[in-house]
Amino acid sequence: MAKSLTWRETIITAVIKTCGYSAIVFVALIFFFLLREGLPALSQVPLADLFSLRWYPIENYFGILPLLTGSLIVTVGAMLVAIPFGIGTAVFIAEVAPRWTREILKPLVELLGGLPSVVLGFLGILILAPFLRRFLDLPTGLTALAGSLLLGGIAVPTIVSIAEDALDSVPMSYREGALAMGATRWQTIWRVTLPAARSGVLTAVMLGLGRAIGETMAVMMVTGNAPVMATRWNSLFMPARTMTATIAAEMGEVANGSTHYHVLFFIGLVLFLISLAVNVAASAVVFRQKKRAERVLS
Amino acid sequence: MNRALTQRLGFSLLTLIALLTVVPILAVFAYIIARGAPAISWEFLTAMPREGMRAGGILPAIVGTFYLTLGTAIFSVPLGVAAAIYLAEYARENWLTRLIRIAIINLAGIPSVVYGLFGLGLFVFFLKFGTSLLSASLTLSIMTLPVIISAAEEALRAVPQAFRTVSISLGGTRWQTIRRIVLPQALPGIITGVILGLERAAGETAPILFTGAAFFLPRLPGSPFDATMALPYHLFVISTQVPEMPIQIQYGTALVLIAFVLGMNLIATVIRSRARAKRQW
Repeated sequence: MAKSLTWRETIITAVIKTCGYSAIVFVALIFFFLLREGLPALSQVPLADLFSLRWYPIENYFGILPLLTGSLIVTVGAMLVAIPFGIGTAVFIAEVAPRWTREILKPLVELLGGLPSVVLGFLGILILAPFLRRFLDLPTGLTALAGSLLLGGIAVPTIVSIAEDALDSVPMSYREGALAMGATRWQTIWRVTLPAARSGVLTAVMLGLGRAIGETMAVMMVTGNAPVMATRWNSLFMPARTMTATIAAEMGEVANGSTHYHVLFFIGLVLFLISLAVNVAASAVVFRQKKRAERVLS
Repeated sequence: MNRALTQRLGFSLLTLIALLTVVPILAVFAYIIARGAPAISWEFLTAMPREGMRAGGILPAIVGTFYLTLGTAIFSVPLGVAAAIYLAEYARENWLTRLIRIAIINLAGIPSVVYGLFGLGLFVFFLKFGTSLLSASLTLSIMTLPVIISAAEEALRAVPQAFRTVSISLGGTRWQTIRRIVLPQALPGIITGVILGLERAAGETAPILFTGAAFFLPRLPGSPFDATMALPYHLFVISTQVPEMPIQIQYGTALVLIAFVLGMNLIATVIRSRARAKRQW
């Protein structure tokens, strides 16, 4: 009996350990497959052509710069929306709102986080784009701006929930100390609570940024899908095309193993590396914060 | 400026921002419900699409999303929960565990369309599963994994250490302790996390675009190797790819998708709050 028990324990422990390592295996596998299918692009398309200004795959123009700038402009626009609204809402929920308001607001924001992006894209086409066209008197409402507004909405729940956690974990004694010194609640928020939570808030912004860069469907549906180089700020009011949308729109139609196929995987590789950088940076902030907390407590 | 006045202005501004964030969310839901409800009928929910999807129902998309969610659960739940057990109960704080955590954070951050590419490369072509329910479910599973692992680990860690100590001191082995003591206590938290992860998978389009989603398929998938229609992809198709699509069907499809996703969310919320009320520690 005892022996069979240890046997079972050994096997189960081994299985659990293997599953524990699975996350590493999957990240490695994803990286490997992106390299395997994406690197041939570098040998088939000269580097100078790959980083040129024209994306027109039918005639073998594979310049990814318009797509990079497309992603950049849409993401920057999204963060301009998401940072003030995300952090503002987080501060409101954590510091200002009475308890009953907080109990309503938190699930509502979570609800937005659970809304499929394709639904937002759908409403973007039917409501947001026509509105922008009329309101700003544009030839079309399907612009980088429409993408930015939707993406901002998609990034907000991420920012709110993480920033709110960070604010919540600031010890009450900090606030009490500030209030006891005669600071108003507003001053306490700005000079004590927010600075104390800043690394968590920064992590929230980074993860929101990651969410925005990687978002595909909503952006593909409302940005008008024109791979033109964004050179000036008014590019925001013109159609654009992001890296994610390019992959989603074109991968279904390319021949397996063609140059176009490999270039799309190469774009996927670039996206993977960007998200890796953003997430490693975000978690580095978290680790630093933990270390600082340990220093303060010891 | 007067400090009290500054505070009043500041708080008003924050209230305004919060309202501007929340009101559109409510408006979106209310609008889709109002515009979609007239489209919902028994036929819409249970019939095949007809006339190039411009009439009839959306049954294959509903069933497809159900199968995809189920398929995702079959792969990601055992793997994710086991990984969480490892992290919460077995792993020591060393470089390997740090690496696992970094890997999980990164999996959570990888763009969904990149998962689609990966699924295409590994499941569709390399393992030759083809464009199928199986390939799409596997792709969604890996995408869902980090959500399930994080939620399950948190639920396991919330079980007080004393429970484990008592079980071990009574002669229970480590696995017996986990299976009979820790897991049952953590179960509501795990289920909540699992449902929230699956909810995300159910609403995703990009990962299934080239791994298993069918543009139009007026029958139900007969095996895991069949391609399938799915609600999110169907909404994308009928709102961008099909000309002269009746607007009512579009709103109806959006409503069904939202109901599917929110239904899961609601179940998770109920489980969570009931477990909190019952919890004795």
